[in-house]
Amino acid sequence: MSKKTLVVIGNGMVGHKFLQSMVNSDVMQDYQIVTFCEETRLAYDRVQLTSFFSGKSEDDLSLVEDNFFEDNNITVHTGDRAKHIDRKSKVVTSEKGVSISYDKLVLATGSFPFVPPIPGHERDNCFVYRTIDDLIEISEAGETSKVGVVIGGGLLGLEAAKALKDLGLKTHVVEFAPRLMAVQIDDGAGAVLRKKIEELDVSVHTQKNTQNIVDGEECVHRMNFADGSHIETDVILFSAGIRPRDDIAAECGLALGERGGIVVNDSCLTSDDDIYAIGECALWDGKIFGLVAPGYQMAQVVADHLAQKDNAFTGADMSTKLKLMGVDVASIGDAHGVTDKAKVYTYVNGADDVYKKIVVSEDNTRLLGAVLIGDTVDYGNLLQLKLNDIPLPEYPDSLILPQRDGSGATGLGVEALPDAAQICSCYDVSKGDICQAVSDGSTTMGALKECTKAATGCGGCAALVGQVLNKELEKMGMDVNTDLCEHFAFTRQELYHMVRVEGIKTFDEMLDKHGKGYGCDICKPTVGSILASCWNEYVLDQPHAALQDTNDRYLANMQKNGTYSIVPRITGGEITPDKLIVLGQVGKKYNLYTKITGGQRVDLFGARQEQLPVIWKELIDAGFETGHAYGKSLRTVKSCVGDTWCRYGLADSVSAAIDIENRYKGLRSPHKIKLAVSGCTRECAEAQSKDVGVIATENGWNLYVCGNGGMKPRHADLFATGLDFETMIKYIDRFLMFYVKTADRLQRTSTWMMNLEGGLDYLREVVIEDSLGLAETFEQEMQTVVDAYECEWKRTVESEERTKQFSTFINTDKPDSQIVFVPERDQLRPARQDELTSTSAD
Amino acid sequence: MQTATELDLNWVDVCALHDLPDNNMGAAVLHEETQIALFYIKQIDQVFALNNLDPFSGANVLSRGIIGSVGDELVVASPIYKEHFNLKTGQCLEDEGVSIAAYPTKVTEGRVLIGLSS
Repeated sequence: MSKKTLVVIGNGMVGHKFLQSMVNSDVMQDYQIVTFCEETRLAYDRVQLTSFFSGKSEDDLSLVEDNFFEDNNITVHTGDRAKHIDRKSKVVTSEKGVSISYDKLVLATGSFPFVPPIPGHERDNCFVYRTIDDLIEISEAGETSKVGVVIGGGLLGLEAAKALKDLGLKTHVVEFAPRLMAVQIDDGAGAVLRKKIEELDVSVHTQKNTQNIVDGEECVHRMNFADGSHIETDVILFSAGIRPRDDIAAECGLALGERGGIVVNDSCLTSDDDIYAIGECALWDGKIFGLVAPGYQMAQVVADHLAQKDNAFTGADMSTKLKLMGVDVASIGDAHGVTDKAKVYTYVNGADDVYKKIVVSEDNTRLLGAVLIGDTVDYGNLLQLKLNDIPLPEYPDSLILPQRDGSGATGLGVEALPDAAQICSCYDVSKGDICQAVSDGSTTMGALKECTKAATGCGGCAALVGQVLNKELEKMGMDVNTDLCEHFAFTRQELYHMVRVEGIKTFDEMLDKHGKGYGCDICKPTVGSILASCWNEYVLDQPHAALQDTNDRYLANMQKNGTYSIVPRITGGEITPDKLIVLGQVGKKYNLYTKITGGQRVDLFGARQEQLPVIWKELIDAGFETGHAYGKSLRTVKSCVGDTWCRYGLADSVSAAIDIENRYKGLRSPHKIKLAVSGCTRECAEAQSKDVGVIATENGWNLYVCGNGGMKPRHADLFATGLDFETMIKYIDRFLMFYVKTADRLQRTSTWMMNLEGGLDYLREVVIEDSLGLAETFEQEMQTVVDAYECEWKRTVESEERTKQFSTFINTDKPDSQIVFVPERDQLRPARQDELTSTSAD
Repeated sequence: MQTATELDLNWVDVCALHDLPDNNMGAAVLHEETQIALFYIKQIDQVFALNNLDPFSGANVLSRGIIGSVGDELVVASPIYKEHFNLKTGQCLEDEGVSIAAYPTKVTEGRVLIGLSS
């Protein structure tokens, strides 16, 4: 049977989601799929568009897995707009003249930004905010501008204002309605939001009706308002709402709504039985859904309909929770209290700028809607109450009143939720899905995220997912064994705490007080690392030496034949010719295999144990210090050459890297830590693949965290933007100390963050907003470590007794004669097993 | 620990007891061509001896491993691939088919003696 042809018009977020749904469906085998993508870029994450300005690249935003189209045999026409549908002969024709016959057709044409027909709206430097191309143009215009105005104070308008702010422009928001986010929130909330946004130095002008845009005197434009006032500005962004893109549907005679939108039924079928419409171009029950989650639902509905599976689009909850310019905003259901006889409860805290409102049914038993500004912690609970129609407590206002008497949040326990309750709306994950995944073995937050994708979209449901997880584990009677090993019935974090609180200084003390047996190769290095993190004592001191892992014990990296490699610190990758010559001379003298590392250093291989102190003596005398390449500790701070030399550099990345490396060198941690500093967004230092990455921008430093290379590479997350150096160091101090204190053994920063309940947002709260009140402690503790730094190798070679510990045998000075090297490419390497046998046979 | 075969052993003096680290760390000695790893366990005041060659990597490194216990058994973990070897018997805990030579030891007048089969 030959395959039917399925044409998909539009490769935006929803269009692409549909392709993914098809690929995951059995019905895929019946179809040959062809898709048109008007933009030259394939699907990318429009929701995160603003992050493009704070340093995310096109690749970061892309939603298309590598080789997705090739692997799934989908034909894609990029940069080509489908222009015409001939419904009678069932053919789609594109702008470039491609004609495709279809059996089934899916319209995912999305929407376009509405630009009010104000005289002057077509002038230069007037933009909309929709595509990456728009952003590139805005960013180029921003380079020669001082002032920017966003027309429209809705959700997207405020996002756009953030972007202008990030570009360093004096930013204004002009809104026609009397308040910001008029659709989602009420006057009271609008006032709090406005105050918070104005505190960020963004001017808000409400009830302004723009009459025309003309030449300005000081700036490019002058905007004249109906009330006689005006603003001068260089850049204008229109963000006055979206309109469905239904022109192609209109032209071929599909049924449209009165105010636009392609009419669809519960199966997302249009008035033509072979044509579907999904996403923002579709009109269901008289409504356009301008959020991505309902679009994703529609995509699934169509894939299921094609596979003749039961599924229907039944409307979507339009509740939202987001952070706008750092301000928490949430809106649920009937936010305005328009339901007949609804009752309203409001809590306003003028001191902290918190506004909370709930709308409940006349009989006080059901939640209809809510608005939260400044504190959205209650969002998850409230949303579930609303979506699942759960009876409210006797006094509904207790849901939003602060709990100060320690009685704990009133909210509802996750147990009250039915299995069908949707926990993650981005990926449509229900409570039942999560419970299933837990019982199938995903018993950590990280594993759950990987398995169900819950909490990996906007992350708003992370806390709730965590609660479900814990409850399930409890129910399964699963006493999750987090013991470090058989000798200590504690987690690494608990041991860390004991060391701090009880002032424990040695492993023996720890074992006596809290452990049993003799210890092992798991708990000994772990406790050794904690002791070093807390007190930073010389690791080869008598009580600590026996704890050290293979590499730490001889302050060098053991290789497969029992010899060691040596990596002196080269801070920021900067080295003088003289020092480079010393490395060459040492390498030559001791016949060491020499290689450049990925962290901008030099690695010298093949040193025998007893040679280490001798070699290090020479290196120390030449001004080198240990590079800690052997430790679970700070490794390198990689840097690009920066604005000292580079034509594009925006800051002195080398100096910054050297300062940072000198600050954190020697810090012992649960796993190795790597940092990098790039002098501009070209990112030559690859900072986004590091535990902590720093990138210079025109507005200051952008800080990235929790990236890594290695077995499971992970791009770092943008953590904070536009920082001065001092603030950035504070954040890094807090971040690293929080990690050192709370991570599990051998857990890198990425996994650690993923397993924090609340993930990246929570991390920001702790580090930036100091929600735990620990910021100062973290900084002090870090300072203690910094002050206690000493080069371990310097200390080692200074004492004869210590260097004696490096002799291979305690009863003779002879070396290990069984270490054999053979030449290769003008250097030495360890002999392979077969080469060994042939040499010994001689 | 004395066994019936002890009489057949050739007791070799390898070092003084105070030459050994007293903090549950290993050390290596060379006897003719044989490399031997010694472990002094302070809690029980006893010395253990194993062949220093790690059978998995072929390197002479066991004296550099971390000493610990698994249940009641004292073990050393190879510093290369982390297999554990019983200090008394030389048996590898991860692989039943692998064991290394374990030598009887005794301490006489402050000297450490190792019993090698003659």
